[in-house]
Amino acid sequence: MESNIIISVEDIYKSYGNVHALEGVSFQVPRGSILGLLGPNGAGKTTLVNILTTLLKPDKGRALISGIDVARQPSKVRSRIGLAGQFAAVDENLTGKENLELVGTLYHLPRAEVRVRARRLLEEFSLTDAVNRKTKTYSGGMRRRLDVASSLIGEPEILFLDEPTTGLDPKSRLELWETIEGLVRKGTTVLLTTQYLEEADYLTDRIVIIDQGKVVAQGTSKELKSTIGGGVLEIHVADKQHVVALVEALNVFGPHADFALGIVTIPVKEGTKTLSETIRKIDAANIEISDIELRKPTLDEVFLELTGNNRPVPK
Amino acid sequence: MAQGHIAPQGLKWVISDTIAMTWRGLLRYVRMPQLLIFSTIQPILFLLLFAYVFGGAIQTPGLNYINFLVPGILVQVVIFGSVQTGVGLAEDLGKGMIDRFRSLPMARSAVLTGRTLADLVRNIFVMILMIAVAGIMGFRAEGGFFRLVLALGMIALFGFAFSWISAAIGLSVRNSETAQVAGFIWVFPLVFASSIFVPIDTMPGWLEAFAKISPITVTVNSVRALMVGTPIGDNWWQSLIWIFGILIDFSMLSVLQYRRAR
Repeated sequence: MESNIIISVEDIYKSYGNVHALEGVSFQVPRGSILGLLGPNGAGKTTLVNILTTLLKPDKGRALISGIDVARQPSKVRSRIGLAGQFAAVDENLTGKENLELVGTLYHLPRAEVRVRARRLLEEFSLTDAVNRKTKTYSGGMRRRLDVASSLIGEPEILFLDEPTTGLDPKSRLELWETIEGLVRKGTTVLLTTQYLEEADYLTDRIVIIDQGKVVAQGTSKELKSTIGGGVLEIHVADKQHVVALVEALNVFGPHADFALGIVTIPVKEGTKTLSETIRKIDAANIEISDIELRKPTLDEVFLELTGNNRPVPK
Repeated sequence: MAQGHIAPQGLKWVISDTIAMTWRGLLRYVRMPQLLIFSTIQPILFLLLFAYVFGGAIQTPGLNYINFLVPGILVQVVIFGSVQTGVGLAEDLGKGMIDRFRSLPMARSAVLTGRTLADLVRNIFVMILMIAVAGIMGFRAEGGFFRLVLALGMIALFGFAFSWISAAIGLSVRNSETAQVAGFIWVFPLVFASSIFVPIDTMPGWLEAFAKISPITVTVNSVRALMVGTPIGDNWWQSLIWIFGILIDFSMLSVLQYRRAR
């Protein structure tokens, strides 16, 4: 059964005792695309990845990878997927080359093929200088790269990345993003989980936002941004002391305040009408402002709107 | 269930995966030689301590003390060595290696058998080293070469069985430091309440009764008889019952723990 849908998640439930990690999650991923699974800590992202990679069985519902049920035929699924889990799973006592070759051997590739692929991946992931060094001596970024390289040696159709850039410095993060983009260009389907909205915004074709075990929204980054209306009005006060007063003055619009920066933002639902009303209210309250700007919402704001107070990462 | 079906290459894969995982397990000792050094120096110290300090005060009728002690120390070597099986597995769990292995199309059994087989090889290496040191100290395997090899084989098998106990512990505690402590704490009294260092008939009655049925005592008595060339008696089959009993029970328990380990 070949279709354009490579991952199909159908009404999945999973509980640990009284903790309901997943409560009826459904979505689909088209072949060759990159899906971002976004959610705060404890939203159920890792549980879902574990179910899709055959590490866990769902309590209810089913998941299909290339039309194969992950719970029924896990071994068939395993030869088609690669997983880079939340921890960089590299054996510290082995060298980079040995790590890759071990995983390649366990995919049952011919010996010569394992060597060729390992060498090529080490080059692609700029690890050639460290091939014969124990991975214990690797930096966090290098380990992560080796981890992702290991998950690719079986040339999987689908790559699962569970928070791949957590703990990486900005440079390593950018490098990994470029690598992931390269993979997708070559036809690999990627499902990645992240807490970083910026990452999802930059990298993914589609985003599924989950919170407390449920899908709260899905769509492209653009579609998600338009769900909270036209835009956002961002007001900078001249004196940070006046943030509270401003919030009170604009209370009817549902403002969000950033006390540290002296910024108050309000969602704009009726365009210029809100703008003129806002200015009138600021004038009436006699608060001095330094700047006022009407802009498109960021994914952060979408996320906040959708998941309430479960803000993922403080800016 | 579909996953129970074994493909034609099934057995070939099980073997090649097990070899790959055993090799990986052995590299751990090559790359962290301190693990090997500790597990060799510690028994050598025990050998020196008991042979030269306590030995003179311990009566071993019909046997000089060094010949009495060495078979026991070898059993102690494999018991303490088996703790590393659990430590290694707990480490793999904690660092996400097990998750990686579980997501691969590899034989699942190879994660456990690879680790226990690597420790078996490690134990054989340390035993041969110990025999050499003991030879310098005056130990003589008077039962002859064939009986010595048989004895070493029995000790290795005993250590292999204990590796599976350790595996079950490592997979349930999930933390390498805890696995280290939990692995040692219960074997320590067992090692001393046995015929490793002293003849058990000098112990108080209640302890002697316990020591007499201990798997360690029956195994030590067997390999001691093999090495020094005395009649082996009933000890050998009692030891084998323990060894295979432990092997079967704890390999099944470990597999169960491994399936559940997350």
